[in-house]
Amino acid sequence: MELYDIIFYFFAAMILVSGFVVVGSKNIVYSAYSLLFVLIGIAAFYILLGADFLGVVQLMVYVGGILILLLFGIMLTNKVKGVEIKSDSNFVIPSLITIAVFTAFLLFIITETNWQETTPEFVQTTVKSLGIELIQNYSLVFEILAVVLLIALIGAATLARNDNKEN
Amino acid sequence: MPHVGLTHFLVISSILFSLGLYAVIVRKNAILVLMGIELMLNSANINFVAFAHFGRFGLDGQMMALFVIVLAAAEAAIALAIVLNIYKTFLHINVDEVDKLKE
Repeated sequence: MELYDIIFYFFAAMILVSGFVVVGSKNIVYSAYSLLFVLIGIAAFYILLGADFLGVVQLMVYVGGILILLLFGIMLTNKVKGVEIKSDSNFVIPSLITIAVFTAFLLFIITETNWQETTPEFVQTTVKSLGIELIQNYSLVFEILAVVLLIALIGAATLARNDNKEN
Repeated sequence: MPHVGLTHFLVISSILFSLGLYAVIVRKNAILVLMGIELMLNSANINFVAFAHFGRFGLDGQMMALFVIVLAAAEAAIALAIVLNIYKTFLHINVDEVDKLKE
């Protein structure tokens, strides 16, 4: 067993265990903190797959941005003074059965398919080539994404604004 | 244990997708539903990067994963703004009890 395999199995175990905690925990704050470990594990996967820039982006955007947003959301929408940071579930048994069947189906397809794998090559760094690609082949998508992000920013600020009409 | 290949990454990502689907269907709290959506987006991203790595497709898979991350950030911001408005109106964020657009 090589070092690569050991690292893979370590992070895979981390992702799966924390993923189950995210989904199953009664306490939402525990879920949010477990999501942190899932996202870090996925960043490690990206780096294992030779996508170093994507790993860094995952850490900065997900762990540094989205997770903090989610934590803000949790703290703003719960009665923190009480014990009210809990969340129930509904339709547990039927959805468990459906999702188990779905997962078994997916795993069957994945393991039975004869994937045409090539032996992967590790390039030094993907930052420069990603930047060139982004400006040349994907420049329209790049511009549209910039506009989408701007609209999302303005929209979120407008939606969450506290207009005190009653005061 | 066999050498880690494409199948290992696909198995992990499909299990992660199922966990996210479970959170979206079962949990009542709107923020947990959002977390489930993030899990599903991340599992799709793992697939993109894994296929790009093992299939010699160049950088297209990584570009798609990058775009997914950007859209996920925009989605999280908008969704949390909506959740805050729901909380302001209903004083809870249980998605199964929110069936009106205003009081």
